[in-house]
Amino acid sequence: MKVVLQNLTKIYPSRNKKTDSDVIAVNDFSFEIASGDLVGLLGPSGCGKSTALNLICGLQSPTSGSIFFDEDDVTAVPPERRGVGVVFQNYALYPHLTVKENILFPLQNLKGPDKIPKQDMLNRANEVAGLVQIAGLMERKPSELSGGQQQRVAIARALVKMPRILLLDEPFSNLDARLRLQTREELRRIQRQTQITTVFVTHDQEEAMSISDTIIVMRDGKIEQIGKPQQVYDNPANLFVASFLGTPPINVFEGHVANGSAYIGNEAVISGINAENQQVYIGIRPEGFILNRQGPLKCELSRVEAMGRDISIVSKHSASASSIVRSICSESDISFESEQVCFSLKPEKVFLFSKETEERITSA
Amino acid sequence: MEKNNNKGWLYLLPAIAFLGLFMVYPLIDVSIYSIEEGYNSASQSFFGVGLYNYSYVLHDPYFLQALKNTFILVAITVPVSTSIALLISLGLNSITKLKVMYQTIFFLPYVTNTLAVGLVFMILFNKTAYTDGFANLIINYFGGSSVDFINGPYWAKMFVLCFYTVWVVMPFKVLTLTSALASVNQQYYDAAKIDSASKLRTFTKITLPMISPIVFYLVITGFIGAFKAYGDAVALFGTDLNAAEMNTIVGYICDMLYGNSGGYPSYASAGAIILFVIVLTITCLNLLISKKHVYY
Repeated sequence: MKVVLQNLTKIYPSRNKKTDSDVIAVNDFSFEIASGDLVGLLGPSGCGKSTALNLICGLQSPTSGSIFFDEDDVTAVPPERRGVGVVFQNYALYPHLTVKENILFPLQNLKGPDKIPKQDMLNRANEVAGLVQIAGLMERKPSELSGGQQQRVAIARALVKMPRILLLDEPFSNLDARLRLQTREELRRIQRQTQITTVFVTHDQEEAMSISDTIIVMRDGKIEQIGKPQQVYDNPANLFVASFLGTPPINVFEGHVANGSAYIGNEAVISGINAENQQVYIGIRPEGFILNRQGPLKCELSRVEAMGRDISIVSKHSASASSIVRSICSESDISFESEQVCFSLKPEKVFLFSKETEERITSA
Repeated sequence: MEKNNNKGWLYLLPAIAFLGLFMVYPLIDVSIYSIEEGYNSASQSFFGVGLYNYSYVLHDPYFLQALKNTFILVAITVPVSTSIALLISLGLNSITKLKVMYQTIFFLPYVTNTLAVGLVFMILFNKTAYTDGFANLIINYFGGSSVDFINGPYWAKMFVLCFYTVWVVMPFKVLTLTSALASVNQQYYDAAKIDSASKLRTFTKITLPMISPIVFYLVITGFIGAFKAYGDAVALFGTDLNAAEMNTIVGYICDMLYGNSGGYPSYASAGAIILFVIVLTITCLNLLISKKHVYY
């Protein structure tokens, strides 16, 4: 099912009228989620992504704007009648109920014409339990499960009533690194299998990039960019999106554009730029560096880290916005004794941002 | 290891000393008194050892009356006070405006002087030459005839005693339950809402199990407290509780020791041991039941 948000705004009024100003948690959100999509809502903590999720599921009501599920305006519909499944950050499994009872709970709440016979309930519970691979744990209490298992139970409970939309709030944040990798693949598989429109919230860009069909990057309640993960990574709209996506993070230099070339210090690092002369931030992805003894970008070598397949060269540059410049190269053609390391750059991995607005300057 | 063990006992010593002195020793002493037949406190002598004291107490109509009163009191006040307290706490928890004010009002009886409370109950229930009391005014208003709650029929007196007990234990229960309710994570309610659980189902399936340890605690302490009732009855009906048919087990024990008919520590001890056995049994039953229904 399609989800459409129109000019959605949520304002928390200030507690202390004299000193605080109102907090705008979600600011004029408008976007459309295609049916069957897996969407990652991505942003740093406090950017309003959980609020956005709560608005979609109905636990909070917007200050203004509307929400549509397909053609139905659900803005004023209470959460219990929206037909959404939610996986909470701490899973919110009822600790006194067994896994089976937890999964059955939403079905037992059905009333009137939606009511289903007991045997059907059990069948459906077993079906979703099979889907998330917890069929053997049905009689256990949540406290007897590992974090990953609890999360599967939470997903099963959200799926069992066949929701129109599945919403997940930081679904992987309570899992350890290995389990996180595994579980996000699992989520992807379950989502593919059920074809339920899914929105999940995360502050981890890698998570969002790896499994989403679409990512929505947020900052301070505003949408910064929407797009396919690779597209957003390759074409960031502004400095924030560029620095938020990617590990290791993008390297940012202060520089300027003059006569069709971008300069860092006195060196022209990229030429053929179709923009007027101005002060800029130059963002270079770690994989955008090429080791080249004659390269224009000269950095002071700090150390070289072997990362298995690649090597990571950590260096310093006076124009860099952060204390280190990290580049990733596959060739190990570097003399470790030298104090200087020179790079040429891959133009498609270099982005220019206006110093004033931090918006991207497209050179095409 | 051995050394550590000794240290542990040393840390426990203050608690053990106090418990031993004020709990274990008296219990043993009372048990001994209760089997010494014909004990004379003046000469500190007794005729023999046996169960005569128990037999006497269990055949004493005053004790049977006290036993009956106590059981009625327990059976009525514990469930009534706990459920009313739960209702009030739920109400308190769901309002936002004036919450603190209402909390204070409900807690006031806890810090109110017993004499002041007695005076209030006097105004409510006592029949004097000038007035029939506030309760009777209400009964009269609805067309009933006056009842003497303090010196009248048995059920009326029992009603006043239960009413008083419920009222006195209420504030503590409300306070405890309110904080228990507040400690239930909002996320469970959100989840229940998303799962379209009705208010009633949310309460019975989620809230109640979550606060069940506290409810259970209140029931157990309520049982024990009600079994030990005495002062409330004295406050309402005076010291001659046997005459008023309002005696309780603890009242009977006190009377046997210090009352007009007193001076019988053996009978009092036997009564105390019987009370101890009753309370122990009820508490064990409670524990057994709780294993099934209380979620920890």
